[in-house]
Parts: sequence; C-alpha cells; structure tokens
Amino acid sequence: MSATDNQSDHSGHPPRLFPDYKSTVLRAPSKPLVQLKPSLAEQSGPIFDIAELGKLDHDLTRNSIRNGEPQGERIVVHGKVRSENGRPVPNTLVELWQANAAGRYVHKVDQHDAPLDPNFLGVGRCLTNAAGDYKFYTIKPGAYPWGNHYNAWRPNHLHFSLFGAGITSRLVTQMYFPGDPLLKYDPVFKSVPERARTLLICQFDLSATEPAFALAYQFDIVLSGNHSTPFEN
Amino acid sequence: MVTTVRHLKIKSLKEKALPITPSQTVGPYFAYGLVPEQYLYDFKSLFSGSMVSMDRQSEIITIIGNVYDGQGELIPDAMIELWQNDGENALIGRYGTGTDPQNRFIFHTIKPKSVDGQAPFITAIVFMRGQLIHSYTRIYFEDEAGLNEQDKLLGSIPETRRNTLIARKVSGNNVYKFDIHMQGDDETVFFVF
Repeated sequence: MSATDNQSDHSGHPPRLFPDYKSTVLRAPSKPLVQLKPSLAEQSGPIFDIAELGKLDHDLTRNSIRNGEPQGERIVVHGKVRSENGRPVPNTLVELWQANAAGRYVHKVDQHDAPLDPNFLGVGRCLTNAAGDYKFYTIKPGAYPWGNHYNAWRPNHLHFSLFGAGITSRLVTQMYFPGDPLLKYDPVFKSVPERARTLLICQFDLSATEPAFALAYQFDIVLSGNHSTPFEN
Repeated sequence: MVTTVRHLKIKSLKEKALPITPSQTVGPYFAYGLVPEQYLYDFKSLFSGSMVSMDRQSEIITIIGNVYDGQGELIPDAMIELWQNDGENALIGRYGTGTDPQNRFIFHTIKPKSVDGQAPFITAIVFMRGQLIHSYTRIYFEDEAGLNEQDKLLGSIPETRRNTLIARKVSGNNVYKFDIHMQGDDETVFFVF
C-alpha cells in the first residue's frame, strides 16, 4: 500500500492513508473525495467573543492549579496566525492541549505509567489579537509511548486547533520542538512531505523569553484560504 | 459562543505566498482539550452538542449517528463538528463519540433553511485518531425530497452514494439518524474544497 489521494494537496498536508501510521488503514476515506466549491455557509466562520474565555485560559501553568505550581519547565509559546496570502488572521480561536512534563495526558484512556500532575490539566485557548498574534504560557510536554510499533514514542508536541475565516480554513495540527531526536522515528510527523516538515517545528525565541521565569518558542501558523480580512455582511 | 457570522467576499488572489501549516491528527486525547464538559473535565466547553438555546424548543431537531471504520467497527474516539449557516442562523456544534454508551454523537439544533434554492444541509467535519487530516461531509434531510431532487450537488453524485449524505428520520418528527462510514460499500461521500 502507498499513500493515495492528495487531491487537496496544494500545501504540505499529509496523505489520508499513511500505513506507517497504522490507524489510518481502517479510518482514512478510501474512495475519491468529491471536489466542492464552498457555499456561503462554508465561507463564513464564527466571530468569537473574548468574554466567553476565562482570564487564565491562555496560561496552562495557572489555569488548573489545585495545591501548588505544576511540575516541569515553564515555556512561552507564541506566534502569528496568517492566511496563505500573508494577511494576519485576527480574533480567531486558538485551542491547545498537551501531555504534562512527564508525558502523561489527563485522559482516562491514557494508561501510560507516568505521574499525573494535580496542578496541570494541559488545556488552554486564546484569541489572536488584531495583528494575528497569540501567546500561551505552558509547561514543556514530555514524550510518551504509544502502541503503533515496537518501542514507539511520540516526540514532545502540543496539539493545536484553529478556525480561521471559514470552514475551509479549519486546521488541527501539532507543534514539535527543534532538535527532538524522536522526530525521525515518528510516523505522524513523517506523514508530512519532507519539504513541509519544518513548518511543524517551533523555533527557540530568545527575545520572548522571560528572564528568571520561562524560555520561549515561536510557532507561526498559516491557514488555508485567501480571504482572511472579513467584511460584515 | 457564536454570536454572529461574518460573510466573506472572496478575493481571487492568485499568488500564494505562504505554505499552509500541515495538518496532523487530533489524536486519541482531544476530549479534555476540545470537549471538556461533555467528558466531565473541569474546564468550560466553548462548543457542545446543544447548538441552540432551549427557548427554541419547538424548532429543535436531534441528529444522532455512529461512526464506523473500514471493518464496520464503531469508532469510540471520533469528534464531529457541525457547521450551519442559512443567513439567519449560524451555528457550530461539537461532540465526541466517547461518552454515549452506544458511541453515538448527539446534536440538538434547528433545521437550516434552503439558500438560493439549494437543498438545506449542515456541514460535518470528522476528526479522529487515524485521520491525519479531517474529513468534510454534508448532512441533507430525508424529508426535503423535493429540494434534494433538484439539488445540483446531490444530483452530481451517483445515486448509490448519494444516500450516504441523507439523514433518515427516526422515531417521531424531529429525530434524524446520520451514520458516517469511513470506508467500505457504504462509505460516506467526503468532500474536499
């Protein structure tokens, strides 16, 4: 078997079927996708209200504290969200979830024998500002083992979910860290065409570090679609 | 969460200066991040299966369904988003298949109206472990036979597959069943934009 359809690949998206990532074999659509011109409904997206977000939603080091500080290395993760024509995407929702410093997810089906952290849930979100910028405070996640193949470990990563201007710009992705030795063994990362893989790796950003508090990484995101400057109807 | 909707004038800019950030799978552990309240995590959900407020009860429809893999097994760790906008109501819902004992997704919404003579539909986005990029499909309604019959897009899809896009009415007036098959003879029609 080999990677099949890539009809949507005007970008560096992975193929739908990538047998090295075993779960794709029974879950990737197998028939040709139908090309669709987005309707009005699909060209529009939600306007988010900052009032819906909690004050600490962007700060994973503080938004789930029970009896102390979360364990691990504090980091800033920030970046700019743009559409493919280069325009910033303002006021869009960025959702983030991740494992804790020990590589454990707060999820009942994660059975990895690593400690949970009572002060770290691992979930955050924020809206981009007028310039398309977002910023989170979090803890650097650990690697964790999974069952894809013998001795398989996922590299350290953060999960991101973004909306953008409309349904066609919807993106769920993962951010990786520079120099991670697990990247070259990870089929999820390697499902992305080689030329596009660097787009998933953040960059250490000394200028955004906070002295005596946190290191910083920059992860810029580019969403599909050329219509990121919306007009009220 | 969604208070209003932006309609976008599409500009056909030819140049594509920037490469798009590649998609990666939502993975198995999205629940506490994307649908925390549904899975009983202590974090507010921005989206749920209840897409409209209960004061519109008389208009509310329920859309339920299962997601199946290539061996016909139920998928218990999928997440579905519904997006609809008929110009009057713009709604988004989100639901994971891991909390219902039968692994169903369950949405409460209102039926969209026909726009420009098209058959009314709701767009569904399917996310799950094992999908490196999400899949789009559309939910049409069995009891809109007239509009479905005339609909250009539905008409362009072979009849055997067209049925995978049509939610079936069950038990009473306002409950629809819409199953999603990732592969196989009944594979749902998925779209790419």
